[in-house]
Amino acid sequence: MKKIKELLIEKLILICGLASIFFVLLIFLFLLKEGLAVFKTVSSFNFLFGKSWYPISEPPALGILPLIMGSLLVTLGAAIISIPIGVGCAIYIAEIAPLKIKEILKAGIELLAAIPSVVLGFIGMVTLVPLVKTVFHLPTGLTALSGAIMLAFMAMPTIVSIAEDALYSVPKTYKEGALALGATHWQAIWRVMLPAASSGIVAAVMLGIGRVIGETMAVMMITGNAAVMPNSILVPVRTLTATIAAEMGEAVVGAEHYFALFAVGIVLFVISFAINVTADLFLHKRQ
Amino acid sequence: MKNTYRTQKIAFSLLFLATLLIVIPVGLIVVIIIQKGLPAINWQFLSDIPRQGMRAGGIFPAIVGTIYLVTGAIIFALPIGLLAAIYLSEYSKDNLLTRLIKLAIVNLAGVPSVVYGLFGLAIFVVFFKFGASILSGSLTLGIMILPVIITTSREALESVPYSFREVSLSLGASKWQTIRHIVLPNAVPGILTGTILGLGRAAGETAPILFTVAAFYLPRLPGSIFDQAMALPYHLYVISTQVPNVDEKIRYGTAFVLLSLVLFMNLVAIIIRYQFRKKKKW
Repeated sequence: MKKIKELLIEKLILICGLASIFFVLLIFLFLLKEGLAVFKTVSSFNFLFGKSWYPISEPPALGILPLIMGSLLVTLGAAIISIPIGVGCAIYIAEIAPLKIKEILKAGIELLAAIPSVVLGFIGMVTLVPLVKTVFHLPTGLTALSGAIMLAFMAMPTIVSIAEDALYSVPKTYKEGALALGATHWQAIWRVMLPAASSGIVAAVMLGIGRVIGETMAVMMITGNAAVMPNSILVPVRTLTATIAAEMGEAVVGAEHYFALFAVGIVLFVISFAINVTADLFLHKRQ
Repeated sequence: MKNTYRTQKIAFSLLFLATLLIVIPVGLIVVIIIQKGLPAINWQFLSDIPRQGMRAGGIFPAIVGTIYLVTGAIIFALPIGLLAAIYLSEYSKDNLLTRLIKLAIVNLAGVPSVVYGLFGLAIFVVFFKFGASILSGSLTLGIMILPVIITTSREALESVPYSFREVSLSLGASKWQTIRHIVLPNAVPGILTGTILGLGRAAGETAPILFTVAAFYLPRLPGSIFDQAMALPYHLYVISTQVPNVDEKIRYGTAFVLLSLVLFMNLVAIIIRYQFRKKKKW
């Protein structure tokens, strides 16, 4: 009797162990199921590279290039801001900060990671957006730049904590060896620690960028939501994520618009999948 | 020689500057929300329904909705997540399957939150016909926080020393008995930390609930799990972008309540972890 009970429990544990694989497949299948239908009316080339997105006009124009460009622009901006600051902060925490300050800083980073994106979006709306508007003399502060700055703050916690882990896991003997040979602390960090931790830092950057591409609410609230091809970083843009969030409420289940938004979801899923698998490879290379 | 030290000084100052560039804005965000949000908080704001098109009254239905959603998510995610963590830490071997499971967890954690929303819409709302309801929203949030719970619980289980298991097994206990009576009790604080972090994450997310449960304006409490509900993060989004002329105070007040809720949970998780590290006997 006891044996049977244990057997059942162990089977249940195995099933739950497989649950994550099951859910990833399930998400992908349901996205495909709802999204692929759009390719009956628009070719995949025109969908990905079409320059106009007017999903509710008649006939609808379903080209997501403006949305892809919007996402790219905001992500690129956020990466340029967050990578140097994030990696710099990681080095500071891992190598330079005294123990007490280190703990406080780590708690601060965790705090930032915990702030809900809708709260960051709200704060961005009331502080950053007016600031961008006055500094650059723009008709509106809801621009790709505002989005990029706000998103940089969402990428930083990921970049800092993973890069710090990577630096921390470099064997102490490497640094000691460098110092014993007469290198200064900075030379040891720059020439020895950073190269040794490089694959972990690359993974940190990739995961940070992954977070930015997938971010929805803050972006929707402060980038202005104009689905047109952007020609500078100071104009309103609309990202892939914001498009889904803003338009799904109005799309009719089973209509072309509905299918198209799911197809955008497939694009996002594939991008995040690629980023995560590559980042995982980099992380494992280190070990 | 002098030059290298000057380089070091400059480099370290830049690193310090980078750190300040993160810490100061974080501090400012928290300070602004507390400073402008705290005065809006009173009993009426917390316990009243929204009135006059959300331009007056309180946020009670949104608070209740968020509590329902988070509870539902954890009821779904904790058992599955915990058992999955037990599988990974106690049963899995170092093979391709384990590698695949870990990769799936990483991917699940990386799926954009709005894609969870789409998934929830397609499977729970449309396919299973639950409609936009607390049930659909909770299940969607539950799958979203699964990776958090699995990862932290697994770390907690793996940090229980191997010798504990060996002693128990050598005394004749079965593998499950060892897990149930030796490994799990010693991992409780870590599992609790993960659960609370998952709760905090679920409470703050907006995109997954947009099309699965969130009601724009619903001036009453949900009656069953098949009802729509308001939720704090969505309410904040609505009153700051969709409804014109909402009093600043109400916006900041809502942001304050949401932020306090999420930060409080994180604080509790940090304290449990800290206490546990101090008491740890191994």
